Amino acid sequence: MPDGVGRGMFNPTATWRHFLARPNNDRVKVFGVAVLVALFSAVMVSVTSVALKPLQDAHIEAERLARMERMLDTLPGLRDLMEEAGVDALESRLVDLETGTFLASTDLESFSQERAETDPDLSIPIPKAADVAQLGRRASHMPVHFLERNGELLLIVLPISGKGYQSTIRAMLAIEADLLTVAALTITEQGETPGLGTRIEDTAWQNLWAGKQIADDTGTITISVVRGQATGPYEVDGITGATITSNSVGLMLRYWLGDHGFGPFLARLRREGL
Amino acid sequence: MASNLRHITSPLIDNNPITLQILGICSALAVTTSLSTAFVMSAALTIVLCLASGSISLIRKHIPPVIRLIVQIIIIASVVIVIDGFLQAYAFDLSRQLSIFVGLIVTNCLVLGRAEAFAMRNPVWPSILDGLGNGLGYSMILITVGATRELLGAGNLLDYNVLPLASDGGWFEPLDLMQLAPSAFFIIGMLIWAIRTYWTKQIEVPKFSLRIDQVR
Repeated sequence: MPDGVGRGMFNPTATWRHFLARPNNDRVKVFGVAVLVALFSAVMVSVTSVALKPLQDAHIEAERLARMERMLDTLPGLRDLMEEAGVDALESRLVDLETGTFLASTDLESFSQERAETDPDLSIPIPKAADVAQLGRRASHMPVHFLERNGELLLIVLPISGKGYQSTIRAMLAIEADLLTVAALTITEQGETPGLGTRIEDTAWQNLWAGKQIADDTGTITISVVRGQATGPYEVDGITGATITSNSVGLMLRYWLGDHGFGPFLARLRREGL
Repeated sequence: MASNLRHITSPLIDNNPITLQILGICSALAVTTSLSTAFVMSAALTIVLCLASGSISLIRKHIPPVIRLIVQIIIIASVVIVIDGFLQAYAFDLSRQLSIFVGLIVTNCLVLGRAEAFAMRNPVWPSILDGLGNGLGYSMILITVGATRELLGAGNLLDYNVLPLASDGGWFEPLDLMQLAPSAFFIIGMLIWAIRTYWTKQIEVPKFSLRIDQVR
């Protein structure tokens, strides 16, 4: 193409050809190719991620439910209790964390955990001092799952979450009727370092939590993950090589059982029952 | 066309990436405990290899030599992320079993090796065929190893019981070693031995030989 054509005005085709015609060791070409390849790749990756997200989320949700079912299976005698109470699944309700009261049961159908956590209208910022789980924000309303017989609470399962070493860890915490003893803990979602942090998913480690006490006699939340050998009913062994990840599971419990988390709800249960 | 077909057939035995070039061994050890994971990994690697080789070949004349490896890695990594996303969306359980190994295709020397050795200096179509051929060569070994390990390690093929297990009243006692990574080394070693016994021209001439008077 003769250079005179289109002179004085911007001609994209000519500019493009001019760019491609530059020698491959030319500085403009090196930067240009790098930027263009990066840009194109970024668009490709972003578009497929966004398009496939709903499908992936559906799988993750199904897996979460399956894990909760498995957790219920590990609790001794729970299936018998459920049979006795004549139910085949736990009852689920939404809780207003501020007041600790239940919301109408119909609200649960339209509840979306992801939206509840990110939508500014549905979530509140966590004060720095209280934010031991490093979440930044939390949903104002959270679902809880429980088993009851004639109005008497037998088991309660709380969804908890927190920031680990490199991902958000989500778990289900089952607490016995005394609201003090951990019945079971199941990690439902995490993206920690493979082989190290991912070991919080090991059954052996999760089993360490069963039977631990959440709070001491004065009601202070004392449960924590410790280095080395755990002693006493408030401590759980950390995982060697995954200190930050296992610690953050302990901090998650501290936050969600504390005053800013499910604290008011648990206090109300202690006071007046379901 | 006949010359193009050579790009597919040559990596199957004559120039097999695993048994001749000894590339991509890491994933061959890790994902071959069962046939189904070996299948999915093979398919993922073959698709990545075709797409990456094709797109690198498409822009090969405009890749500045100083940043060529970075450009190749960006393209390979993007393709791998996209494929991993598809697996998580459509084959969730398998993607859980494969865990990080699909992501690690990025660092599989096979993919970068084909990009650097072939796609950078050949037109698009032969590059895609070369990717397909190498992918199939890799798949062949992976599937052989996966089938052997699942059959001898669990008595199953594709989770379907083939050899009646002793624990269920049959006669077959599973070999636990087959479920561990070293067994893949043994199987690949024996495959290489078998291939080089039949195709003797694959046997490498030693670069150095011992001098008899020094051995003594």
